Amino acid sequence: MRTNDKTRFAGLIGLALGGCMLSAVATAAGTDAGPTTSNKLLLTGGVSQLEGAAGGGLTPWAVIGGYGTRDEIGANAFYTRVNLPDYHVDTAGAMVGLYNRVELSFARQRFDTEKVGAALGLGEGFTFRQDVVGVKVRLFGDVVLDQGSWLPQVSVGAQYKKNDQDGVVRFVGAKRSQGTDYYISATKLFLGQSLLVDGTVRFTKANQIGILGFGGDLNNSYKPEFEASVAYLLSRHWAIGAEYRQKPNNLGIAREDDWYDAFVAWAPSKHVSLTVAYADLGNIVIKDRQRGLYASVQVGF
Amino acid sequence: MYKHYFQLATLAAAVMLSQSILAQDTAPMPPQSAAMAASAPRDPALKPVFDQFGGKPGLVTLMNDFMDNLMADARTRPYFADSDREHIKAELVDQFCVILDGPCTYTGKDMVKVHRSLGINRAAFNALVEDLQTAMDKNNVPFRAQNKLLAKLAPMHPAVITR
Repeated sequence: MRTNDKTRFAGLIGLALGGCMLSAVATAAGTDAGPTTSNKLLLTGGVSQLEGAAGGGLTPWAVIGGYGTRDEIGANAFYTRVNLPDYHVDTAGAMVGLYNRVELSFARQRFDTEKVGAALGLGEGFTFRQDVVGVKVRLFGDVVLDQGSWLPQVSVGAQYKKNDQDGVVRFVGAKRSQGTDYYISATKLFLGQSLLVDGTVRFTKANQIGILGFGGDLNNSYKPEFEASVAYLLSRHWAIGAEYRQKPNNLGIAREDDWYDAFVAWAPSKHVSLTVAYADLGNIVIKDRQRGLYASVQVGF
Repeated sequence: MYKHYFQLATLAAAVMLSQSILAQDTAPMPPQSAAMAASAPRDPALKPVFDQFGGKPGLVTLMNDFMDNLMADARTRPYFADSDREHIKAELVDQFCVILDGPCTYTGKDMVKVHRSLGINRAAFNALVEDLQTAMDKNNVPFRAQNKLLAKLAPMHPAVITR
């Protein structure tokens, strides 16, 4: 596919997701006897992570996004901004949760190189754009209700990513400008302790989650990377927590650090949530200590 | 080095899980939950939580508010409209009191038998949880104490959710 076709493809998926949301809303507004919506408990669908999957901010969780139970459909849209000392990232996307079993998501990331772009000869404000199409399937378990056993909710997922700067990412040493991550997530709510814990293993070749392409001169094979989140529930509407995301090191010219964040999430209702975090993204290309504010808003049902 | 160990441990756990698992979702109800379905067991560790609920008088007030919420909620009203609500409230007070190690005895019916014919789905079950949370908020039960009770009630869900 050419770039134009890819854009059209991405746009179509966006439209399809939007269409699903609209038709579900229309159904919900129907008769009392018709299908219901939004009967999952508050915040138990997580928020939208950077690549569009339901989870924390950096890492996917095993939860299926949206507020649909196993008899319902849920959906939401999100916008996330990360402000770093030398860069900023904007991500927007949407997801549909089908019967608490399958999650389909789309996200478009824009990584703005600001002045670094000029320093690298790409031009000030040079921007990488990456589209991510995600699918996640819940294998077993119920993150909330399974309080009598140690069993977590477990899901597997994939994220297909397509970067629009094929020439640039190859120039820095990446092997390809598109790739697919595969992951398995286990999420458990320890309700008696008001504590949610997630562990995710992601198999990936992505450099800086794909912004710098996939594979490289140092390594071009899938490596398992560990990701984790802990969230403490302060009330039905508020949660605080921290996250970790291990990353590969495939490129000789640009060391890549693991990512961390500490977050506060607020859900005044099932239709909106706000997440604010302090994120430490380490070294990105020629700039160290990329730490800054992460803010995300999600609307849906 | 330690991070590779971490990855290995996680993978091993994932493999072990996937082997012990697939029966979980399909089995209608494991035998141990049938045995305990009469009620959740008494937990002496929850005695301080019983006090945070205001003891038995607190539970009585809580259950009045809880039932008011259930009747005001279109998602739950159909399950309670034609029932003996005073009786249900009294049984719930006893059941919660026992779970929280209060000086009570639960004499109510088996949870499986009571719920068998009601056709309760997850939406209705979660609606009930929300109505209980709202009632606990109104009665100033601390959020952590609320969750300790809910954590004991949640394992009974296979007896309650039948579709």
